Amino acid sequence: MQNVAIADQTVELHDPQTFITKYVWSQDHKVIAIQYSLTAIFVGLVALVLSGLMRLQLGFPDTFDFITPSSYLQFVTMHGMIMVVYLLTALLLGGFGNYMIPLMIGARDMVFPFMNMLSFWVYLLSVIVLMASFFVTGGPTGAGWTLYPPQAILEGTPGSDWGIILMLVSLAIFIVAFTMGGLNYVTTVIQARTHGMTMMRMPLTIWGIFTATILGLLAFPALLVSAIMMLFDKILGTSFFMPALVSLGENLDYSGGSPVLFQHLFWFFGHPEVYIVALPAFGMVSDVLATHARKNIFGYRMMVWAIVGIGGLSFVVWAHHMYVSGMHPAFGFFFATTTLIIAVPTAIKVYNWVLTLYRGNIQLTVPMLFAIGFIFTFTHGGLTGLFLGNVTIDLPLSDTYFVVAHFHMVMGVSPVMVLFAAVYHWYPLFTGRMFNEKLGKAHFWLTFLGAYAVYLPMHYIGLLGVPRRYFAMGTTDFIPESAFTLNASITVSALIVGLSQLIFLYNLFWSLRYGKPAGHNPWGATSLEWQTPDVPPHHGNWGKELPVVYRWAYDYGVPGVEQDFIPQNHPVTDAEHTAGEPEGSKA
Amino acid sequence: MKFFKTLGTKPWLHDGDVGAVAVDYSGPHIDAASRIALRFILVVVSVIFFLFIITFLARSQYPDFEALSGAPWQPFTDPSRLWINTALLALASAAMQLGVSGARQGKLNMTVTGISSAVCFTVLFIVAQLDLWMHLQSMGFYINSNPANSYFYMLTAIHGLHIMGGLIVLTNVVFRVWYDNSPESLGAPLQLCTTYWHFLLGVWLVLFALLTSRPETINALAAMCGF
Repeated sequence: MQNVAIADQTVELHDPQTFITKYVWSQDHKVIAIQYSLTAIFVGLVALVLSGLMRLQLGFPDTFDFITPSSYLQFVTMHGMIMVVYLLTALLLGGFGNYMIPLMIGARDMVFPFMNMLSFWVYLLSVIVLMASFFVTGGPTGAGWTLYPPQAILEGTPGSDWGIILMLVSLAIFIVAFTMGGLNYVTTVIQARTHGMTMMRMPLTIWGIFTATILGLLAFPALLVSAIMMLFDKILGTSFFMPALVSLGENLDYSGGSPVLFQHLFWFFGHPEVYIVALPAFGMVSDVLATHARKNIFGYRMMVWAIVGIGGLSFVVWAHHMYVSGMHPAFGFFFATTTLIIAVPTAIKVYNWVLTLYRGNIQLTVPMLFAIGFIFTFTHGGLTGLFLGNVTIDLPLSDTYFVVAHFHMVMGVSPVMVLFAAVYHWYPLFTGRMFNEKLGKAHFWLTFLGAYAVYLPMHYIGLLGVPRRYFAMGTTDFIPESAFTLNASITVSALIVGLSQLIFLYNLFWSLRYGKPAGHNPWGATSLEWQTPDVPPHHGNWGKELPVVYRWAYDYGVPGVEQDFIPQNHPVTDAEHTAGEPEGSKA
Repeated sequence: MKFFKTLGTKPWLHDGDVGAVAVDYSGPHIDAASRIALRFILVVVSVIFFLFIITFLARSQYPDFEALSGAPWQPFTDPSRLWINTALLALASAAMQLGVSGARQGKLNMTVTGISSAVCFTVLFIVAQLDLWMHLQSMGFYINSNPANSYFYMLTAIHGLHIMGGLIVLTNVVFRVWYDNSPESLGAPLQLCTTYWHFLLGVWLVLFALLTSRPETINALAAMCGF
């Protein structure tokens, strides 16, 4: 453990010399972040293609011979699991967490760089194991991303031979990788902040990532435990989750297990997972909004409290995913209440974002467009969450497309909007060049309007009662013809949105070479990552001297100063001391 | 509460805390960082075993569950074999403590004796656990014949894997710190390993108590948890 790159280390940093140590077995947090991000984006694209195939089937049933009922279920399962765990969690924490934490708190690297490197390679292994399931006998599992037993491991479910085993093993490996990374993130935030960087001077991005990592460290064990127990049921014939049953006319050896036990474990992980994805997104969007509205974030303390509060509450709402599994009415009441309570800190955040914009000097840059787009999509997703949090409303809606539309708005579209905002916002830092603004705006409008064209009608067909998870509707009396037309329209919109992501990819690579040089701090941001001596930052981030922090990260629009912002590492002037508290900054 | 005090500060005010130091820079930081990381590891491992135990209690309330203790024919009605294994792990823990004391006082012999006997006892514990598995198998207590058996094999396996992980880290600590530097620098990382050993001894005692509990005790615990 000698090669530690802690805030004020005295050991000289040895820059990696060879290609292998610089770009492959790298211990530099920025390289690891890019490795994480590229891997996550690659699997994310696989999952995007899978969603396109699903939509083709739903929009135009009986048209595509290569999509069978089994393969449809496999697409659903792999799309869900990849997007939630292997893309969003990995990209937000492994990618942005890795890149941002040391830079934003003024450290040279993560506290344990070797473990950080190991975290990425173990993550890559989990991705390889998962992808391998496409090539084994029977293909990947088609049990649905929630992998509910008993059907997940029974014959008749697609991928019940090897697919489910590889999925569970891959999840276990992923959790090991996440734990190694997560330990690094929390320890670095607690231990390696530079001089003057108190906890309450940290940008909200770091608060979001920090809290989400703690949630992950506490919630992923539940998934690990359920994966191990299900593997035992599948491979060794135990009956943790498997009840006595007759399958394909035969009595199986299982007896007495409890499928609902699995559901409790799964959702004890699954609900915090929503916030593992959402909290970093909340943090990053706050910083993008403040920077591009040239205004301090409204109610910084309240924003921090809300992040911590949401983190705590996220552990006591899990059973709202299980209303249809049946539960004691008192439990239903309890979980409905906690679910609605969690709307309070979340609403505080939304109001504060809007109030940050209020009378701000709003710059409609591409990152800002995505950030404002996020406020819309997240509010819509959150409002339908209020419907579904109530037991009596959830029961009829739970198995319809209303739920699909809800969770895609709230944890699909919204975090992705923030991810795009973040990539555009920090692209000049990552690469030293600006992206192409016109392409960026085209990407925004296609994605934002396209997402609405996909998900608004989906709420409607959900209200009509169209059930989710079905390969084809067939002929049903209660579903009007308009639902089929809408399904076709959703598919066309989804394909356009999917293809429009090519603009984003093209922009990323084109700007890498032809983008205008960004120079230092092109957005006029206050936080530390923009104050590095080199752009993009070199190994060790800070040159010889670590920065010293004198103020919070939101000194925008300060009266009486030359520019409209003061970076965190600029000393406080006498004039500021006498000026007192800036107007409108009370929490 | 320091945490609430921290959350209550107003960072936008410039009230004389210019350049306030966030971190205590007085000691060797890597030790402090490693201590924090270890605490998080212990929390994560505790959550894992806590969840296993909760599922154990929930599953114990189904009619096919037969506790491994209570009736005369059950294997852990007389848990003497388990006491032997427990003694091995306790000795390993004590030996680790001896090793730490040796490293702190710069006594090379004491350190070597402590660490090597700790490794010895730990390996013996694992072998003894494996032997216990064989013994249970020979008595017809297979992994899938009853959920109590399944839990026994699974929990001991997970606990054993954590111990093996500890052995790998210990080997790494000894080789890297000792051979790269000097025995004195072994003290802090060895202390962390020792804490981990004590912790795993604690986990084992909890598992031991749970797995050898009579049905009435298990039912009472389950009732307390609302199952």
